[in-house]
Amino acid sequence: MRMELIQPFINAADAVFAESLQGPTKIIDVEMGEDAYRRKGVAALILIKGDIEGRVILDISPEVAVKVAGVLAGTAMEASEQVVRETVCELANMVIGNSVTLLNDQGFHFKVFPPEVHMHESGLEGSADTEALVICIETPCGDIFLNIAMRYLHRRRAERSAVPALD
Amino acid sequence: MKQFAALLRKDNQSVRYLVVDDSVFARKNLIKMIEMFGGELAGEAGDGLTAIAEFNRIKPDIVLMDITMPQMEGIEAVERIVRQHSDARIVMVSSVGYQENILAALQKGAKHFVQKPVKPEVLYEILRYVLSDDPNATGAPTALVGESRS
Repeated sequence: MRMELIQPFINAADAVFAESLQGPTKIIDVEMGEDAYRRKGVAALILIKGDIEGRVILDISPEVAVKVAGVLAGTAMEASEQVVRETVCELANMVIGNSVTLLNDQGFHFKVFPPEVHMHESGLEGSADTEALVICIETPCGDIFLNIAMRYLHRRRAERSAVPALD
Repeated sequence: MKQFAALLRKDNQSVRYLVVDDSVFARKNLIKMIEMFGGELAGEAGDGLTAIAEFNRIKPDIVLMDITMPQMEGIEAVERIVRQHSDARIVMVSSVGYQENILAALQKGAKHFVQKPVKPEVLYEILRYVLSDDPNATGAPTALVGESRS
């Protein structure tokens, strides 16, 4: 777990939620997760590949998503699958955008893939070998969960090269 | 809610905006701010290609342009619009604010950059600067929102 890679995501999430949801935020729970991720609501998965790689999952309940949508749009929104989907994507994009800005300005180069939304029973199976940090952030609209797993690519290269080739 | 002095054109008319973003929420949020600044929404687009068509159709005073969008990204749309309309005033609005991105947008002809989530006071100052046309001027607001503009 490389905190220097994860901290920008936490900082960005905190700042983005506080600014866009117009109220105080608080990190109320942090835990390490090594098991497959258990989705709590509707989740946006964003993959990052390059000098550093990993994934970020932003996960919120549909009820919280509708409240967030109302704040983002400046007017009450009716609950619908599309509203929930767009809200989760919008929040994820803002968090990732602000995080990658910090990391890119530190000299890391990587590609960020568009968010993949998971809202039905199937999908978003975690990888059992992925060590991730799971953070719950309390916002004026309700709790938002972030699951972050990031690593340096050169570490993986070193790991690969350490494995003897199969003849 | 904070009040802003209306940003007006030199002929004292409302500034006409084209808002380009693939996110409905981002567009609504920007439109809300435009209204707070006394502006008029001339058009909306959800991707770069539509933005070009809309620009040609409505000739807005200002374009607020997202970067990451389907079909055609914002920076390419800026390049194409500025190629045809060298006086286009385009402000990039994106959550991805690293230097390479900002430089690329400015090199293609964007006038400024603002990072999401957008703070109204930040966008206001940027618009005031861009509308002033003179980089050394700050642009003088002429009336408060809600006041008559006789």
